Amino acid sequence: MSDSVQEQIAEVIKNNDILLFMKGTPQMPQCGFSQRVCAILQEQGVPFAAINVLLDPAVREGIKVFSDWPTIPQLYVKGEFIGGCDIVSEMHEDGELATLLAPFKAGDAGKA
Amino acid sequence: MSSVNPEALKALVLAHIKDAEVEVRCYSGDDHFEMTVISSQFEGKPRIVRHKMVYAALGDNMRQAVHALALKTKTPEEAAS
Repeated sequence: MSDSVQEQIAEVIKNNDILLFMKGTPQMPQCGFSQRVCAILQEQGVPFAAINVLLDPAVREGIKVFSDWPTIPQLYVKGEFIGGCDIVSEMHEDGELATLLAPFKAGDAGKA
Repeated sequence: MSSVNPEALKALVLAHIKDAEVEVRCYSGDDHFEMTVISSQFEGKPRIVRHKMVYAALGDNMRQAVHALALKTKTPEEAAS
């Protein structure tokens, strides 16, 4: 694993408040779990950046090492690893995610 | 891709998280699983840590055979509520 990939991952996480590492794109997800997390973020009404790990095997493996997490998708908020599809789904259902993402909602900041 | 026996996954978790109550179900073919693990060892731990405990128990099975594992982790109190 080259260090530069890890550095690039750190950099892109730092530069994007809500960042999803996924298979495919939000417009065309290539995996049901990535699709589910995209749908949740869209339902939450927050803008998010997405990285398609299928485009680069080094990033696909690199993000697993970076997060010490074996699966994709992976959601980062403000530089913090939140979790994969299961955790994001659970947080969405119990309202925790809405609280976490409230500061990033356009127009109704703080409403949670 | 080789198929994984849900019972084998359950045994792996039980070997590492001794007091766990584990339920494994297959869905969509033989390489997608849904697993619920209930253990007092999850108390006070965030979800990411809990999931990592289960992933660690599954070891190489997680990476190789289980393409997708839908995982839920609960403490006995959370499971009861």
